Amino acid sequence: MTSLAFVDVSVKYGSSVAVQGFTDTVRPGEWLCLIGPNGAGKSSLLRSAAGLVKHEGGILVDGSPLNLRSARRRAALVAHVPQSPAMPDDMTAAEYVLLGRNPYVGYFGNESKHDRMMVARVIERLDLEDFADRRLGTLSGGERQRLVIARALAQEAPVMLLDEPTSALDIGHQQQALELVDSLRREHGFTVVSAMHDLTLAGLYSDRLALLHQGHCVATGPADQVLKAETLSEFYGVSVSVHHEPDGTVVVVPRRTVPLA
Amino acid sequence: MLADQVRDSERSWWMPVACIMLAVAFLFGAMVGPAGPAWWRVPAELLNHLPFIHIKTGATQLQSTVLWQIRMPRVVLAGIVGSMLSIAGASYQGVFRNPLVDPYLLGVAAGAGLGATVIIVAGRASSSSWPIDPLPIAAFVGGLIAVMITYSVGAAFGAAKSSATLVLAGVAVTSLATAIQTFMLQKNTDVVRQVYSWILGRLSTATWHDVRLVLPYVVVSTGVLLWHRRLLDVLRVGDDEAQSLGARVDRIRLTVVIAATLGTAAVVSVSGLIGFVGIVVPHLVRLLAGSSYRRILPLTVILGAAFLIVADIPGRILSDPAETPIGVVTAFLGAPFFIIVLRSRQGASR
Repeated sequence: MTSLAFVDVSVKYGSSVAVQGFTDTVRPGEWLCLIGPNGAGKSSLLRSAAGLVKHEGGILVDGSPLNLRSARRRAALVAHVPQSPAMPDDMTAAEYVLLGRNPYVGYFGNESKHDRMMVARVIERLDLEDFADRRLGTLSGGERQRLVIARALAQEAPVMLLDEPTSALDIGHQQQALELVDSLRREHGFTVVSAMHDLTLAGLYSDRLALLHQGHCVATGPADQVLKAETLSEFYGVSVSVHHEPDGTVVVVPRRTVPLA
Repeated sequence: MLADQVRDSERSWWMPVACIMLAVAFLFGAMVGPAGPAWWRVPAELLNHLPFIHIKTGATQLQSTVLWQIRMPRVVLAGIVGSMLSIAGASYQGVFRNPLVDPYLLGVAAGAGLGATVIIVAGRASSSSWPIDPLPIAAFVGGLIAVMITYSVGAAFGAAKSSATLVLAGVAVTSLATAIQTFMLQKNTDVVRQVYSWILGRLSTATWHDVRLVLPYVVVSTGVLLWHRRLLDVLRVGDDEAQSLGARVDRIRLTVVIAATLGTAAVVSVSGLIGFVGIVVPHLVRLLAGSSYRRILPLTVILGAAFLIVADIPGRILSDPAETPIGVVTAFLGAPFFIIVLRSRQGASR
């Protein structure tokens, strides 16, 4: 199992600061969920760990800096599932999952038998056998999301970064996708960092939450410590009530500010 | 077994079919035309050029010379040019993630023409004193500069969002390059003939020398492009995701563009401007064999050759004894095809 550490990470786009001095250590096998309003810097933080944006400070996987790694080696350590993945309509599902093996194939090389076996196993594990030959354009939102997770799984990276993995899904498929990530994490010992908008789901599946606001981390800890009505109202500007279920689940319920007539 | 399925999705029974189509096109191309041996004698005549084979074909010496020194170089050159333009078109489409581009729409051909004009005007192409012919190199540099300008202009104004932007940028670059070329020709009227014979090409008067001239460039360029076919599939998910999968996107794009431009410039220097091949053939291949570049690139090489060999045949017959330029034939086929592609893409994006 692998740890992921952010040391004073800042991300700037020109003069605007997206993330300012973020420091956190995600323990091996832990699921950290980044929450916060739109533009708080959640995606930028994930993209910096995936090597897609320039950043200051250090991002360490098992104590060694990521930016010293080659692109392929980094991809073998960190898998990134973007918010709205590009899925070419006429690519088949099997071809798509096979892309996850790119970090293990040389520049002029081809996928080995092992790579194909690996992809076949991933497809079986996620019950995607029936889709293997289908074109991406013919698949539903839930099926596509499972394929994106399958591609990340084929990447065999011990750290998985998920940017809004459920934003395009209905409540049933949201649950399915998160259950899948959770069970994969337990099977393989992945370390997971996700960004999520649904606070109840974020608290339900992750071990720890980090609340970002305008690029700063303003609160971190287990769900019952971070998800407080007054905290959320301060940083999201919302009116919510927070309920605690007997099993420890924290439920965040929006409230109307204009009372019902 | 699922692992076989994952593998099989890449195999294609189209490859043998394409090879048969190329063989048929090749034979047909060798059989048609004035002054050669009777068509049914052609296969035997061709076999005679293989070592240890001597068949009495009954063709006269003149007829077999016509076949071997006039018709064959033309067929072979058409094949080389067709496969190069096709694989270059498919590669540009992959690397720019834009199905509407080809060497002509990106301005490569016009840039190559301008490069050639500059070298002809400047040095009067005193190529005999050079160790290698500077014309293809000048054409390559011109083509490369043109495609770089097209790409940076297109990217600056949102090529990621709209495939039309890149095409429009290519149109602008083409117009500019053509305008500069026209201006230079007006200043140097003594080289007009030389430049125009270059632009219009000499496919109809091709010799083995022309084949030997372009072959090294085409072999290198095609090899490099074929090597990148897996990476072109990785690029299909976009720059960001390809990068997060460990692909070095900028390096791949630069290498592929240089290789495709080198090959294009070389064939343009012998064939002249032949439009639409780089769009028609890759799109036909996509219709037949799916959208993976692992299948598209090898198939475009074979079918591109077959396509241009066949497209070169009507030119010999239509206005006999004069020649209809091959660019006219490909435009007749290509322009309607291009419009169909545009239409179907609009339907798909709705």
